[in-house]
Amino acid sequence: MCHQSVGLIARHLEFLGYPTTSLSSSWVITASANPPRAAFLDYPLGHTAGRPNELQEQIQITTAALGLIDTAAGPGQITPLPHVWPTEWKTKARKLSDKRTERHDTPQYERPADELAAAESP
Amino acid sequence: MTADPPAELDVVDHIQQTLDSYSQLGYDSYRWAHEPEPAAFVRPTKPLAESKVALIASGGIYHQGQVAFHHKDDTSFRRIPTSASTNDLRTSHFAYDMTSARVDPNVVFPLDALRSMAQSGTIGSLTTHALTFMGGIYSQRRLKEDLLPALVDEIAAMVPDVVLLVPV
Repeated sequence: MCHQSVGLIARHLEFLGYPTTSLSSSWVITASANPPRAAFLDYPLGHTAGRPNELQEQIQITTAALGLIDTAAGPGQITPLPHVWPTEWKTKARKLSDKRTERHDTPQYERPADELAAAESP
Repeated sequence: MTADPPAELDVVDHIQQTLDSYSQLGYDSYRWAHEPEPAAFVRPTKPLAESKVALIASGGIYHQGQVAFHHKDDTSFRRIPTSASTNDLRTSHFAYDMTSARVDPNVVFPLDALRSMAQSGTIGSLTTHALTFMGGIYSQRRLKEDLLPALVDEIAAMVPDVVLLVPV
């Protein structure tokens, strides 16, 4: 869903005159939403900009996505990045299961202290 | 469709997966956005090394002190100062495994990478704020009518040369 939302936003911003580029870890959703430019990282969802605490990798990936602003020849191209997730993950990712958690309509804080901090903020 | 994935990539088909999963659960089928028309395509006016970059990310990032996202088509957004410490960033989303993002939010919000790139001169600068939202919005109408105009206003006020979007 996120990939769809981002694709539609990218299309609209580009229409308004801003050059946009996107990362993606879902080729099929990005292809369907059809943003102007996208760099595809074949990682499990939740790592669109790289693995945790791997700043150099995150820089490579972000640089590649921004590089498309200069190198993409026209709209709709999806450019695969060379990075490979270090372990096998697709078997589990393809298992049919509803991976979503319940959709509450109240703010869902990562930490209880955050709720307190938000209540105290002006 | 813009482009088929190279066969050797063997990509996970998240659309087919959702359709199969919903059908198994007895839910109505979800109609994914399909935009066959080519997108607009704007050439940059200056080199990346001189460009001001805006970051928009959909992974449900909020800053400690801000109200977290809710998960029922929340169409609000948060302004995250690009000077923020990543230790103060949190995630709130229902549709992806946040384990890695809660160890290092940069995996879905590459703020440290962009700051390094600004410092090294790969990009010119960053806008004062990044924009975040909770991208699991089922209603494309609500996305287009509520969230999109608000993001457009924010982007227009910051006048970036380039916008980088990071979904999850």
